[in-house]
Amino acid sequence: MNRAFRLLRRRLVGSVPVLLVVVVGSFLLLEAAPGDAVDAYVVSVGGDAGMIEALRQSWGLDASPMTRLAAYLWALLHLDLGHSVAFSRPVLSVVLERLPNTLLLMGCATALSFFLGSALGIVAGARPGSFRDRFLSIGSLALYAIPGFWLALVLTIVFSVELRWLPLSGMETIASGKTGPARALDIARHLVLPVTSLGLIYLALYLRIMRAGMAEVWRMDFALAARARGISRRRIVWRHVARNALLPLVTMLGLQSAAMLGGSVVIESVFSIPGLGRLAQEAVGARDTPLLIGIILVSAVLVVAINLLVDIAYASLDPRVGASEAGA
Amino acid sequence: MAEITATGGLSTDPSLRRRLAEFWYYFSENRGAVLGLIVFVLLVIVALFAPLIAPHAADMQYRDAVLLPPAWDAGGNTSFLLGTDPVGRDLLSRLIYGARYSLFIGVVVTTVAVIGGVLVGVIAGYYRGWVDTVIMRVMDIILAFPSLLLALVLVAVLGPGLTNAMIAIALVMQPHFVRLTRAAVMTEKTRDYVTAVKVAGASPFRLMFKTILPNCMAPLIVQATLSFSNAILDAAALGFLGMGAQPPTPEWGTMLAESREFILRAWWVVTFPGLAILITVLAINLMGDGLRDALDPKLKRS
Repeated sequence: MNRAFRLLRRRLVGSVPVLLVVVVGSFLLLEAAPGDAVDAYVVSVGGDAGMIEALRQSWGLDASPMTRLAAYLWALLHLDLGHSVAFSRPVLSVVLERLPNTLLLMGCATALSFFLGSALGIVAGARPGSFRDRFLSIGSLALYAIPGFWLALVLTIVFSVELRWLPLSGMETIASGKTGPARALDIARHLVLPVTSLGLIYLALYLRIMRAGMAEVWRMDFALAARARGISRRRIVWRHVARNALLPLVTMLGLQSAAMLGGSVVIESVFSIPGLGRLAQEAVGARDTPLLIGIILVSAVLVVAINLLVDIAYASLDPRVGASEAGA
Repeated sequence: MAEITATGGLSTDPSLRRRLAEFWYYFSENRGAVLGLIVFVLLVIVALFAPLIAPHAADMQYRDAVLLPPAWDAGGNTSFLLGTDPVGRDLLSRLIYGARYSLFIGVVVTTVAVIGGVLVGVIAGYYRGWVDTVIMRVMDIILAFPSLLLALVLVAVLGPGLTNAMIAIALVMQPHFVRLTRAAVMTEKTRDYVTAVKVAGASPFRLMFKTILPNCMAPLIVQATLSFSNAILDAAALGFLGMGAQPPTPEWGTMLAESREFILRAWWVVTFPGLAILITVLAINLMGDGLRDALDPKLKRS
C-alpha cells in the first residue's frame, strides 16, 4: 500500500504542471479567437457602443490579456472558475451540474466495452485462426469503422421510431415526478441507446487488443510450457494467457478515457443529453470563454484522474511496475 | 539473425523489386486486405471521376422530387437511385461527390500530421536531452486531451469550416507520429550502420533523414492508414456537430447533420451517408491490417 501511496503522491505532483499548461494554453488560444463574449452577447441581445464598453468593463474584458490570465489563475487557486456569460452563473456550478450525466454515460459505456470486449477477445483469442476468431475479428473491424453518431441515429430509428421500445432522447422523462427506483429505471431506459452506441465502438478496440495480446502470449515460453505439462486448454486460456493479455487492456482503459470523453460530445448531441460535451458545444457557440476553459480544465482533471486510477490498478496487477516507476 | 538494411535511398537498392514482391506476397495472403484495397481503389476512381459518374449535379434541387425514397421502395423513382434529400437533391450524386471530400480530408490530414510528426519525432529521437523532454511533454499533454474536444476548441478559435477542421484534426493526430518516429529513431540510432555513416562524416541532417528515417517507415505507414480513416471519421463527426464542412457541401457528416431532423420520415437520408463512411473507413482499416501483416516483421508468420 505504501508503494501505491508513493506512486499516487508523485503522480499528483506531476499532474499540476500539466493542468497549468492546459489552462494557460487554452486561455491564450481562446484569446486569439476573433470576438469575445460581449460580441456574442450583443449579437443575440443587441446594444449600442456605450453598452458594449460598459459590459466589457463589468466583465473585466478591458484589461490586458496577461492581467486577466493572472487574475484567472489567482481565482483558480480558490477553486473559482469564473463566471459563465451564457448561463449568468458561476462556471463551476454549471459544469458540476452537467458532469454527473457525462460520468454516468462514460462509466456505463466503459464498463460495457471493457467487459464485453475483453470477454469476446478471450473467446476470439482462445483459438487463433478458428472460425469464431475470424468472425469476431471481422465483426470488430466493421464495428470500429462505424461513425458513433451514425450508429446512434440508426439505433434510434430501429428501437425508438420503429419498435418504440426505448425513449428517443434526453436523460429522463421531464417533469414525470418520479422518485427513487422508478426514476433510476427511467434514467436507465433513457441511457440504453446512448451507452450502446458509445460503448460498441470502443468494444471493438478492446476486443482487438485482447485478441492480439493473447496471440502474443500464446507464443511465449510459459504458455508452451503449460501446454507441454498437459494442462487443459481451457485452464491455460484462463489461468495463463488471458490474465497476462489483460495488462495492455488496462493501460488502454486510461488512454481511451480521453477519446471516450470526446466521443460522448457527439453522442450527447444526438440524444440531447445535458452533459459536458453538449455544454462544450453550447459554450463554443456562445463564445463563452470562461465556460469553455472551465470545461477543458475539468475534462483534463478527469482524464488525469482516470489515468491515475488506471496506473494504481496496473501497479497492483503487475508487481514489476512499481519498482521501475521510480525513475519515470 | 541476418538483416538487410538499406543505407542509401530506396532507389539504389537492387532488391527493391524483390522486396515489393515479398510485400505483395504477405499482403495478398490477407484476403480482407485485398478486398479493402479493391474497394479503396474503386472509391478513388469514383472520387476522381465524380462529375462523369454522378447522374445529377450535387447541388441541383428537384423541387418536384423532395424526399423521394430509394428506387426499390414504393414511390421511388429510377432516376434517383438512392432517393432524394429534403430539398430534392439526388442522394447518390451527393454521396459520389462526398467521396471527394472524404478522401481529400484523409490525404491532407494524414500528410500534414505525418510530415509534422516525423520532423518533430526525428529531432526528439536523434538529439534526446532537454529538446526531447520538452517535445514529449507537450505531446503527452495533447494526447491526454479528448481529441474531439480539442478539435472543437480549435475550431472555435479558427472558426467553423472544413479547412480549420482539418487543421485541428491533423494537430490532434500529430503526437502519435511523433511518438512512433521517436521510438523507431532511438532504436535505429544505436545500430552499427548508423555509426558507420556517422564515422564517414555524414551531416546530422543526412543521418536523420536519409540514413535513419527510411528504416523507420513500417510502423509509420501502418499508423498513417489508421490516421487516414480516423481523419475521415473525425471530420464527419465535426461536420455533424456543425463545426466542419458547412452546408451545402456534400460532405458525408454534414449531410447527416442536415437530414437529421427527417429521421422520423425518411430513413434513407440518414442511412446512406453513414453507410458510405462505414464502407470507406472499413476498407481503409482492412488495408491497414494487411499493411501491418506485410510490413511489421514482428508479426510476420515465419
